[in-house]
Amino acid sequence: MPLLSVENLRTYFYTRAGVVRAVDDVSFLLEPGETLGIVGESGSGKSVTCYSILGLIPQPPGRIMGGRAIFDGVDLLGCDKERLRLIRGKRISMIFQDPMTSLNPYLRVSEQLIEPLLVHEKISRRKALDQAVTSLEEVGIQDAGRRLHFYPHEFSGGMRQRVMIAMALISRPEVLIADEPTTALDVTVQAQILELIKRRQRDLGTAVIFITHDLGVIAAFCREVYVMYAGRIVESAATGEIFARPMHPYNAALQQSIPALHQKGKPLFTIPGLPPDLSKPLPGCPFSPRCTYAEPKCREQAVTLQTMAERHQTACLRYQAGELNDLRAAVGV
Amino acid sequence: MSRFLELNELKTYFPIFLGTVFRRAAGTVKAVDGIQLDLEKGEILGLVGESGCGKSTLARTVMQLIRNTGGAVYLEGRNLSELNPRQVRAERPNFQMIFQDPYASLNPRMTVHDALAEAIQTRGKLRKAVLTQKIAELLTTVGLPPNQMRRYPHEFSGGQRQRIAIARALAPEPKLIIADEPVSALDVSIQSQIINLLLRLCRERQLTMIFISHDISVVKYISDRIAVMYLGRLMEIGPAAAVVETPLHPYTRALVSAVPIPDPIRERARQRIILQGDPPSPLDPPSGCVFHPRCPYVKEACKRARPALEEKLPQRRAACIRIGEI
Repeated sequence: MPLLSVENLRTYFYTRAGVVRAVDDVSFLLEPGETLGIVGESGSGKSVTCYSILGLIPQPPGRIMGGRAIFDGVDLLGCDKERLRLIRGKRISMIFQDPMTSLNPYLRVSEQLIEPLLVHEKISRRKALDQAVTSLEEVGIQDAGRRLHFYPHEFSGGMRQRVMIAMALISRPEVLIADEPTTALDVTVQAQILELIKRRQRDLGTAVIFITHDLGVIAAFCREVYVMYAGRIVESAATGEIFARPMHPYNAALQQSIPALHQKGKPLFTIPGLPPDLSKPLPGCPFSPRCTYAEPKCREQAVTLQTMAERHQTACLRYQAGELNDLRAAVGV
Repeated sequence: MSRFLELNELKTYFPIFLGTVFRRAAGTVKAVDGIQLDLEKGEILGLVGESGCGKSTLARTVMQLIRNTGGAVYLEGRNLSELNPRQVRAERPNFQMIFQDPYASLNPRMTVHDALAEAIQTRGKLRKAVLTQKIAELLTTVGLPPNQMRRYPHEFSGGQRQRIAIARALAPEPKLIIADEPVSALDVSIQSQIINLLLRLCRERQLTMIFISHDISVVKYISDRIAVMYLGRLMEIGPAAAVVETPLHPYTRALVSAVPIPDPIRERARQRIILQGDPPSPLDPPSGCVFHPRCPYVKEACKRARPALEEKLPQRRAACIRIGEI
């Protein structure tokens, strides 16, 4: 039985420029202890998906138009605020991208660390502080007893991200949502942080939803991947499958454009054009204007995600019709 | 002096003052500390390193936007660091820079036409018709429709703005381009478009380029040689593929192994070197080899003397005394 199941989530933003369909019919399942990756470019709706689940979308201008997010029998999208508050920060917690802006610069780290404990548990301040020291030690901060009383600006970027992780994990959540937790960090520090999240996940048995734009991080970290484009999931599979047998031209093209897998001297593969404007209606496949394989039907027919192989889904009409086979070979890796 | 660009023991120090009423010198940050480097004409040099290692200061010093504290920058045999500010301005059309953030580096109140016109006319005034013709050509070169030249930067997307920034850098027909993280702010699919554009321009116009990035796979793809910087000093320099595939210096090894490979099979098979801690403060750099507090191969001698950047293999130089042993 899945721990969290998101069904047909739609989050729209009502702006002056029109209705922006930031998340358009997104569904996924998260099993206990699993690591799931959501990959996509900026504006593809990966963050909005997770913010919607936790009720962090400002309404207005945002509006959740439909769907359910069932966590332990409770629909997070439909339940009342009090109920959601009991879950958020306790059983589901989140790490944000920029540790500089997501810690309160006016408060000592100690205050911010113990807040989830004071809110969710009947615990004395002293006990909470003891736990905070332990949690800082667990994320590899030396001299935690003294550093607990520092202000955020007294830490370096990597250290701040460790504090964020300690804060997210202090209440031993069942689900951890990590929204680009290493994007603002240097590669050597990124390696430290990824290793840390992995270790804590093993210790606590937490399920992790990992949001990133970096396919390298996905390959290193996730078991299951969902590829998002223009507010929709276009492909989902186990990590090995996503790389070995891409079933959507966008996924294949994305892998092609990374210099890491490329031979020197050959021009890099590029995806022509720009991502679509989400405030305009998109009748067919949202990737069709940039797709090498697009046919007239791709621009007109509505596309749905369909299972093609075991746990491998694609939203490509032509792949579903059996007209495209080896996308990896076709673009020439 | 036949080299196109030569940096000779280049040093850029920043004095640090403390206190507002009684200002007192509290030390110096040695952002660039004795960099020795030369580039051939038409060469692309990739410069990698973590944030705060002095990559951008080095770029700005070569551009003479910051004047160096010691050493010299020679461009085609001419010592730029001896020139007075007016002479530097006169030389600058020969060397141009592309910045990281295309949202911040274009003036929001100037149309594309005006921004490019200003850059073109650093080489002398032109008649209106000729000017417009030139701007149209430039825009076509970077892959933008010329009929959009009357628009303002906010009307363009991030990738398009970076194209405008490239057009502006090309406008005075420079010989040297310094690109400081030009693709870091862009999405993967847009990033590859810009990389292809830069490579094509360098080839067509015989441009020499210093390409700064923290993304090693991008640097490996784009450059002929790679220089690795740590705390203001060069740790290693050599042919791009060799530096990434068989790094000599322990720091380069750690840096390369920290980059996740987008291939789950290779990714799971490899051994990752995880460095402990953060880079030390440049205000108080460690003694001897600056990397020694984080180095897994450190021994006593590393803490004493600062290792020189020496030729360890043909065409490959590294600053480490233990390379033969590890």
